[in-house]
Amino acid sequence: MATVTPAPATPSSVQRLARRLDGSALYVFTGLAVLYLLLPVAVIVLFSFNDPAGKSNFVWQGFTLKYWLDPLGVPGLPQAVFLSLVIAFVSTIVATALGTLIGLALVRYDFRLQGATNALIFIPMATPEIVLGASLLTMFVSIGGPPFFPLSAVTILIAHIMFNISYVVVTVRARLEGFPRHLEEAAMDLGANEWTTFWKVTFPLILPGIVAAGLLAFSLSIDDFVITNFTAGKTQTFPMFIYAKYRIGIPVQVNVIGTLIFIIAVGTVGVTTLARIRADARARRR
Amino acid sequence: MRVRAEEAGRIPHEGRLPAVANVAVRLVDVVKKFGETVAVDHIDLEVRDGEFFSLLGPSGCGKTTTLRMIGGFEEPTAGLIELQGQDVTWLPPYQRNVNTVFQNYALFPHLTIYENVAFGLRRKGVKEAEIKSRATEMLELVELPGFENRKPNQISGGQAQRVALARALINRPAVLLLDEPLGALDLKLRKQMQVELKRIQKEVGITFVYVTHDQEEAMTMSDRIAVMNRGHYEQLGEPEMLYERPQTRFVAGFLGVSNLIAGRVDATAGGDWATIALDNGVTVRAPRALAEGKTRILLGVRPEKIRLYETHETVPESHNRMPGTIRAASYMGVSTQYQVDVPGNRRLTVFEQNVERATKSELWAPGEVVVVGWQPQHSFVVRDESAEAAAEEATEVAAEPFGE
Repeated sequence: MATVTPAPATPSSVQRLARRLDGSALYVFTGLAVLYLLLPVAVIVLFSFNDPAGKSNFVWQGFTLKYWLDPLGVPGLPQAVFLSLVIAFVSTIVATALGTLIGLALVRYDFRLQGATNALIFIPMATPEIVLGASLLTMFVSIGGPPFFPLSAVTILIAHIMFNISYVVVTVRARLEGFPRHLEEAAMDLGANEWTTFWKVTFPLILPGIVAAGLLAFSLSIDDFVITNFTAGKTQTFPMFIYAKYRIGIPVQVNVIGTLIFIIAVGTVGVTTLARIRADARARRR
Repeated sequence: MRVRAEEAGRIPHEGRLPAVANVAVRLVDVVKKFGETVAVDHIDLEVRDGEFFSLLGPSGCGKTTTLRMIGGFEEPTAGLIELQGQDVTWLPPYQRNVNTVFQNYALFPHLTIYENVAFGLRRKGVKEAEIKSRATEMLELVELPGFENRKPNQISGGQAQRVALARALINRPAVLLLDEPLGALDLKLRKQMQVELKRIQKEVGITFVYVTHDQEEAMTMSDRIAVMNRGHYEQLGEPEMLYERPQTRFVAGFLGVSNLIAGRVDATAGGDWATIALDNGVTVRAPRALAEGKTRILLGVRPEKIRLYETHETVPESHNRMPGTIRAASYMGVSTQYQVDVPGNRRLTVFEQNVERATKSELWAPGEVVVVGWQPQHSFVVRDESAEAAAEEATEVAAEPFGE
């Protein structure tokens, strides 16, 4: 073991340089990381204003607003976007409702096979999508007959609700586990029965968790490709539309719609964050 | 003034309230088990209409569980619970005419103070105008007017406590249950709220059932107290009764400080006094009524009831006495606390007001030989459970750790 010599009292020139870099290095690395995350999005937005010469939208040609003025002007695109939205909405609502109830049951009640249920909820999240998609296809075909076969929007919906439930349960459960039970006792003490207690106290307080779960479910549904591709049959969702177009050139409108989705998503997060900050500030001012 | 003086000198006895008082809460042989653990062990209890009743005991004694069963948050394993004569044992909380002030206030964080207070009336479908006037009145009663539009996270702990009280009282329940409601407040605020609670209780005239582990708090506010230990109450009575005449070693130790010396009841025949031969060789007297029917006992006397005499002073003939040596003295301003060694290797705690002796030279010093004396009516008799148990069974019963 070599003896450790104590550091000299006066810093060496190397140490001084390192110290000076210390402050700025943090900013540089942070900037690079943010750039890495945002550059693809920036490209999508930028190329939604591109005026490509041919069918492919890969090379910057010139600025135009014409695709923004006609965002659905590609055959098949409106139908695909509409279908994706419908599936996302319906699967979100159904999965959020069912997932919230499952979450409540798992946190609130002791029942037989509770542990098993808790574990099984994770399986759809842990299974590779490609496997899930393939087995769903097998299942639908082997059951046969409507609404499972031929494959349609309904089968997509069943698949989306299925994988969304897991995410909703996990999100809502996290919110419920920290829920102060004595608030429900207080409500019942004040004359509210179980039903009123749920709607007047429990639900408003876990609503942020439910909304978060719903937003997660919506975003998972609207951009799902793998499972959807296996369960769609002849129908086409927005991600499938893009995939189909990728060999012959993705139309600029895809960038326009992508940008819109991005703006709506960021806007929603921004508005909720702002509302929370304002509420906190109000509470602190009091 | 004369009336008040008489009242102060009155010998405590049970039943200050008229015997005809209606029963607000009645527990009949109530048992609550959580798995194998017995939280409440066969309790019979009657709380009278309009009284301030406290369940006092250390944590885990079953006091909160008892309260929660009255509130309807726990179902008893066995037994019967009545509210104003009605069997409510199996009714849910929302069908009972009781309201609770919870330990952590349990205000609804998403509702304003006004909506919190109005919550109970809204459930009953009371008209908006009446809700408004009653809520305003309630917030005035708890001295929080103008707080209607605040949220629970915008008020202090003491204010939240008052809102919780208003939210419960607005429903005019037959009984108000309070579960250590002052536990989270600092000492000064707690003292203030004790006075406030008592004032409000008198003003609204509602029966209060109050759970606390703080003996001083219970004694300050209560009309009657049940001192609970290990799932049942050891003694029930008025505060003075419990303090002056504790019946068990636990009660003697839990409420205030007690000096206890083991002994044997010698004779109970004739007169007001029983003769008790203490194990340290001293013979003392105690009220006959307390000693009757007992053999092995612990004789108790409160520290402030003992007087210390110089060896040459005459102790009044009727007083109990024994020789002692001052072991330690701690000066506390209003009084001085002495530890006095007495025969039989026992040590007594004595509080002496700093009146006759006040300066350092006048106070007793460690090592001084004294005579310890007290009036026989200040003796109390506690059953010596350990000696009884040892006598009845051959097996050794572990002595309980009491706070001596």
